[in-house]
Amino acid sequence: MPAAWETVVGLETHVQLRTVSKMFCGCSAAFGAPPNTNVCPVCLGLPGALPVPNELALKLAARAALALGCTVHAKSVFARKNYFYPDLPKGYQISQFEQPLATDGTLSYLSPERGIAMATIVRLHVEEDAGKLLHDRFPKETAIDLNRCGVPLIEIVTGPDFRSPQEARAYLLTLKQVLEYAGASDCDMEKGSLRVDANVSVRRAGEAALGTKVEVKNINSFAYVEKALTVERDRQIALLEAGGTVEQQTMLYDAKTNSVRPQRSKEESHDYRYFPDPDLPPLVLKPEFIEEQRAALPELPATKRERFTAQYALGVDDAAVLTAERAVADYYEAVVHAGAEPKAAANWVRTEVLADAKDHEETLRVPPSALAQLIGLVKGGTLSHQAAKRVFGEVAERGGEPRNVAEALGLVQVADTGVVAGWVSEVLGAHATEVTRYRNGETKLMPFFIGQVMKVSRGKADPKLAQRVIEEKLAS
Amino acid sequence: MSDPSEALASAKAAADRLVKAKRLNACLTAPKDLRKSLLAQAQGAHPSGVLYGMPVAVKDNICTLEFTTTCGSKILEGYRSPYEATAVAKLRAAGALIAGKSNCDEFAMGSSTEHSVYGRTLHPFDKARVPGGSSGGSAALVAAGAVPAALGSETGGSVRQPASFCGVVGIKPTYGRVSRYGLVAFGSSLDQIGVLGRSVHDAARVLSVISGRDPKDSTCEDRDPLRLPTVPESLQGFVIGIPKEYFPPDLDPAVRRACDRVIRLFREQGAAVREVSLPHTAYAVATYYIIAPAEASSNLARYDGARYGPRFDGAVDVRALYRATRGRGFGAEVRRRILVGTYVLSSGYYDAYYRKAQQMRALIAQDFRTAFDRGVDLLFTPTTPTAAFKAGEKLADPVAMYLSDIFTVTANLAGLPALSLPIGRIKGLPIGGQFIGQAFLEDELIEAAYAVERVVPATTEA
Repeated sequence: MPAAWETVVGLETHVQLRTVSKMFCGCSAAFGAPPNTNVCPVCLGLPGALPVPNELALKLAARAALALGCTVHAKSVFARKNYFYPDLPKGYQISQFEQPLATDGTLSYLSPERGIAMATIVRLHVEEDAGKLLHDRFPKETAIDLNRCGVPLIEIVTGPDFRSPQEARAYLLTLKQVLEYAGASDCDMEKGSLRVDANVSVRRAGEAALGTKVEVKNINSFAYVEKALTVERDRQIALLEAGGTVEQQTMLYDAKTNSVRPQRSKEESHDYRYFPDPDLPPLVLKPEFIEEQRAALPELPATKRERFTAQYALGVDDAAVLTAERAVADYYEAVVHAGAEPKAAANWVRTEVLADAKDHEETLRVPPSALAQLIGLVKGGTLSHQAAKRVFGEVAERGGEPRNVAEALGLVQVADTGVVAGWVSEVLGAHATEVTRYRNGETKLMPFFIGQVMKVSRGKADPKLAQRVIEEKLAS
Repeated sequence: MSDPSEALASAKAAADRLVKAKRLNACLTAPKDLRKSLLAQAQGAHPSGVLYGMPVAVKDNICTLEFTTTCGSKILEGYRSPYEATAVAKLRAAGALIAGKSNCDEFAMGSSTEHSVYGRTLHPFDKARVPGGSSGGSAALVAAGAVPAALGSETGGSVRQPASFCGVVGIKPTYGRVSRYGLVAFGSSLDQIGVLGRSVHDAARVLSVISGRDPKDSTCEDRDPLRLPTVPESLQGFVIGIPKEYFPPDLDPAVRRACDRVIRLFREQGAAVREVSLPHTAYAVATYYIIAPAEASSNLARYDGARYGPRFDGAVDVRALYRATRGRGFGAEVRRRILVGTYVLSSGYYDAYYRKAQQMRALIAQDFRTAFDRGVDLLFTPTTPTAAFKAGEKLADPVAMYLSDIFTVTANLAGLPALSLPIGRIKGLPIGGQFIGQAFLEDELIEAAYAVERVVPATTEA
């Protein structure tokens, strides 16, 4: 990008709340059910049916808001957003407008360009999802799946805070992390539980006024966030540099062609005619309710990261990796509490544990106490690091106590000088030529001898002891 | 009544009476279906219920499993609800028989039951006149003696006005007293299911059964069902307010005479009578005709032909489908209100109309609170400015039609309970008087109505 231009991005993120049932009825909110099976008179918008708010959804929304540092309002108002579309059975979406659940939050994230940066959360409100049009089920016809209708969402709106597509992505990853920590959402973009719309504008570097913004919709994966924003930014710069002007409009991102196209006018929103939903009294949250939700929040990633560096003397990088996911952070702490040395535990978790989890659907297969014992065996000289990795794999696959597993596999190091001396004599006797060369000054052959001792001992010899015995024997 | 043979006899008699009343076009259910269903219901009815064997007609904008629910509209022609309204379920649990669906103005929008795609309902005393509306079918069936009581619904006087026109009792409960679940929405912040009955007692006991909490309606108050008061000896201890704005100088002198007669009875019965003022009354109709259409424009958006109801095809795309279905499925009055409602909610007009109307609504509600705070228990007014008008008389002039609700819409705007009962005749046509009470004090309304009902010359000329 030419340095003459500055990119400005604001994000509106829709996140599905982690509830069993829908926002205003008892239907299942689960993903992937056969079309139109999770529906009832309420979410189908049948004549006479009425919405009743899902209390768990309200709790999770409040927790998400508190985790993002927002003020959760004692009174908020559900409003109807009116528009006609076949995926919207009532002809309106129940959302919040003039009085949202929460406002004025912040989220600090690590900008790839500016270091620690602060995103402002302008508002967070509760709403219901719409259904889904299926264009590929029947030739020349459009089918409607209303399972998603009424699934509980929160919309999180930032200020125009991001200065590059990379920053926008970094914010989103941090947002996902915080919402997962808070237990508010599983933020699975593939299942549609996190969706992003972006407002993008560019301006000449140093200019204070914002350029005309364009809304980019249909960004359906983390991988596409940067691409979609880059495409739109580049389009605007090219337009302006050619002497044109940016038109305020809505663009749809097409991941297949990595391009944006204007939304057809008929798909576009007109006047939503928001007004308070008369079917739902204002949502009044008692201070005790809000405090209960605050108390239910776990330690959030940023706090945990700082505590890890201080409490366990870890580097920023270790702390960031270990706290990226709540389950991993909890696991790490359990390993340390079971007696492992913090730095060694960090190394093990970052390497063996996460690699194993990646191959096994993110399950942490070796219990923390077992890993702590394993780390202790290495530190005490009972196991070589190589042998310990084998034991780890064995415990992951078949379970068991590391010490027993190591013995069963015959991996415990032998530190008995007499036994090691026997192996050394065997090796020196079998390699007379190398012994002569060594005595003539080729000391670089020492690793060769050690390797042979390890081989003969099938890995059980303590390598340090082996070296000492070899040196003694060859010196005499 | 708890003898099964009596329930069956009651069902047969009701079916016969409903068939006899067929000329009124008040019942939309075909006689054959009605008879069959009534007999089946009588056999399955709960013998221990307080309404055991009582036939109750249900306005066609309230969902029932038995019959279609069309709201008097083409757009719901043949629509069969897969669930039933809470009020209907409660009636059934009390042993009542659902005695067919009664005609109404389309989506309850109207004051004459002329705006039904299934034809107008006739006034039971004079077929050239309207029974009032929108619950005109329910009122006519009760007045004709076909059923002792019927469910209606009110958004702005739609139970009390036809009750007044037809000479029956009509109760509109406090907003939140009866569940709206299954009542097809018109103006959700105003809508309440109400009851029409041939006597205060019949209306009150049905109201008592359908009232009370419902977890399916967030706007329904978490309260026990209404407890029926006993018939009082007198009105001793009651303070009855007479709001002067409801007795304008140009009020029909006969209506005034009928009301004055009742006010004299209040005093004879031991009540204290006081003049009060509700200064914002003049704005009520205008306020109502912003809020109700605004909510209606949103509530009726769901009728698009995509999922249920008739679909008017030949549509090239989904927009054309909407236009064809909504253009041909809705009648003129419904379209008019959708247009008005859409307009007043539009950006740029919202503050001037909808927001201002909400502010006025709050002032109207405050007027009532002020009156009650000054020690008044109940207010008494005429229910309607005139007796039943002629069919066709107001069709060309929507505003004249809207003004027939001038004394009733305030209770809906304020969410207060109100009851209309017959207080006399004008040239043979019934005229009603109205009590407006304090929120959730329906029992006081009913008590006062019992006392008046006993002594008022309801069938004599005013």
